[in-house]
Amino acid sequence: MTATLGADGIVLPEKRSALYWAVSDTRVLIGRHVHHLTRSPDQIFTAIMLPAVMLLMFRFMFGGAIDVGGTTYINYLMAGILVISVTMISVSTTLAVQSDMQEGVVDRFRAIAMLDSAVITGHIVAAVIRGLIALTVMVGLGFAVGFRPSGSIGDWLLTLGMLVLFAFSLAWVAAVLGLVAKSVDGASGLGLILMFSPYASTAFVQADTLPDGLRQFVEYQPVTQVVDTVRALLLDQPVAASGWPALIWWVAILCVAYPLATRLYRKRFV
Amino acid sequence: MTGELAIQIRDLKKNYGDVEVLKGVDLNVERGTMLALLGPNGAGKTTVVKILSTLAGPSSGSVTVNGYDVVRQRDGVRRSIGLVSQFVALDWMHTGRENLIMLGRLHHLSVANAKVRAQQLLEQFDLVEAGDKQVKGYSGGMKRRLDLAASLLVTPPILYLDEPTTGLDPRSRATMWAAIKQLLAAGTTILLTTQYLEEADQLADKIAVIDGGRIIAEGTAAELKQGVGKERVELVLASGGDFNRARQVIEGDGLQHDEDTRTISLVVDGAAHVKRLLDTLENKGLEIESLSLTKPTLDDVFFALTRRGNEPTNQSTDDNHDEEVGAAL
Ligand SMILES: Nc1ncnc2c1ncn2[C@@H]1O[C@H](COP(=O)(O)OP(=O)(O)OP(=O)(O)O)[C@@H](O)[C@H]1O
Ligand SMILES: [Mg+2]
Repeated sequence: MTATLGADGIVLPEKRSALYWAVSDTRVLIGRHVHHLTRSPDQIFTAIMLPAVMLLMFRFMFGGAIDVGGTTYINYLMAGILVISVTMISVSTTLAVQSDMQEGVVDRFRAIAMLDSAVITGHIVAAVIRGLIALTVMVGLGFAVGFRPSGSIGDWLLTLGMLVLFAFSLAWVAAVLGLVAKSVDGASGLGLILMFSPYASTAFVQADTLPDGLRQFVEYQPVTQVVDTVRALLLDQPVAASGWPALIWWVAILCVAYPLATRLYRKRFV
Repeated sequence: MTGELAIQIRDLKKNYGDVEVLKGVDLNVERGTMLALLGPNGAGKTTVVKILSTLAGPSSGSVTVNGYDVVRQRDGVRRSIGLVSQFVALDWMHTGRENLIMLGRLHHLSVANAKVRAQQLLEQFDLVEAGDKQVKGYSGGMKRRLDLAASLLVTPPILYLDEPTTGLDPRSRATMWAAIKQLLAAGTTILLTTQYLEEADQLADKIAVIDGGRIIAEGTAAELKQGVGKERVELVLASGGDFNRARQVIEGDGLQHDEDTRTISLVVDGAAHVKRLLDTLENKGLEIESLSLTKPTLDDVFFALTRRGNEPTNQSTDDNHDEEVGAAL
């Protein structure tokens, strides 16, 4: 039958359920970004560079000078590095969404009777995939320079789950910023918010070393909760104190960012 | 339902902030016909196309496409249209084939059919060789053809072409025209925007002229040109002596002389008129170096259209028209 496709001059879409096409549209657009990733792997390279350099720098230059009590600095540092890898990836997501919205191809997508939200979902899933690649590289690099975690397999799985939730929710936030930004410069500026969020957290230092005011902010902000959770899991320490707040924070953020991004995308050109 | 009308626009207005971009557009396109929306930069052509494609919403007025309302029945509209927008709408990191397969699947073809269809369209638009190269390396003409191909993945009853030939060389333009004519012959309703009267003339059943967010004239090419004046002929005489003698014998509307370039130009009414002029020159033994005919340009159409009503007689319109052309030369 395919041999005669359009033989009468008319090609029609196939009849399937709305759900079938919703899944198909989303898959196709995820495929689009995975394809971009294989075409230009440098997008991920730049996002990995910074945390990699930081890991090495902190490990070998400052590591001896910072006392984190109870464990080596590299073991303490690793959680922060993993979180920074995810935030760096999200900066690239903001830029990718912003530039994609300037491309004509998105106009074409919008003029097709397909699932609107698949365009953004494609970016999100691509961001999570890039995040997983970055995390794998960082963990490998960490092991190479003396990272010796003490968590069990279960702890590792929980760590993975936490970081994937973090990457997923943060990608929606990144998409919102990319949709709001009017220019590349605007997107870079907004991306800085994401980029600096881990620096005002416990990624590098313990909160109780900070002055009042800053200390309270750092203790309660959502990125700190993720850092503390991942650290507790990796070092086999009690996790509940930061684990639940982290979960609640990032599910809540997702609940806001997801509908907001979808809405912004639909309204964007009207 | 709107019966025979593929596109129906009633009192369409569109503001961007305080700027009124469309100020009450009325337009009908009958099924199976082609309407050319002719207008200069900033006239509002793309805005009309965007509203017709659900990419922008109207501020007021009613717009139906294939019987579907562009605000309330977007999916119905989207299923009815193909869109070739003014600027290339492709993924430039993908190859031509990958673009077609991706978009074919988004148009809800199966994977196998999307592949077959991509190959068919690459062949049809002479892109087989380029098909497996990234779009970012394509020439303007190739991108345009791929853009059109991507709009035909599933057969749209209605097709919008927003300045499909702007920036193309004459050969690519001819290819594009041929493809468009074929689609029209197959029964597709087409709305084409263009800045070239010649293009509208060549292709369209009807022309609507848009300027400053309003339709300022509508009709067939012949009807519009009536208000514009006729073709001009430009004769370059072989020598200064010939020029001076030709000046004495040639008469006609909108006559202009240029001694430096030995050029005489005037309005002509068809080929027979040109032949009479040449016969006259030959009888007097005068030699011409070159001859050229110029058609009314879009500028002329606008000039004529905006003068309508102010200038009661055809003659004075022609005179003014000639002055304008003279000034532009
Ligand atoms: N998003 C927008 N915001 C503000 N003004 C806009 C927007 N889009 C278009 N305009 C304005 O609306 C007017 C009409 O634009 P439009 O793109 O429809 O013209 P056009 O006829 O397609 O011109 P061209 O031949 O240059 O493509 C222009 O003055 C333009 O500046
Ligand atoms: Mg335009």
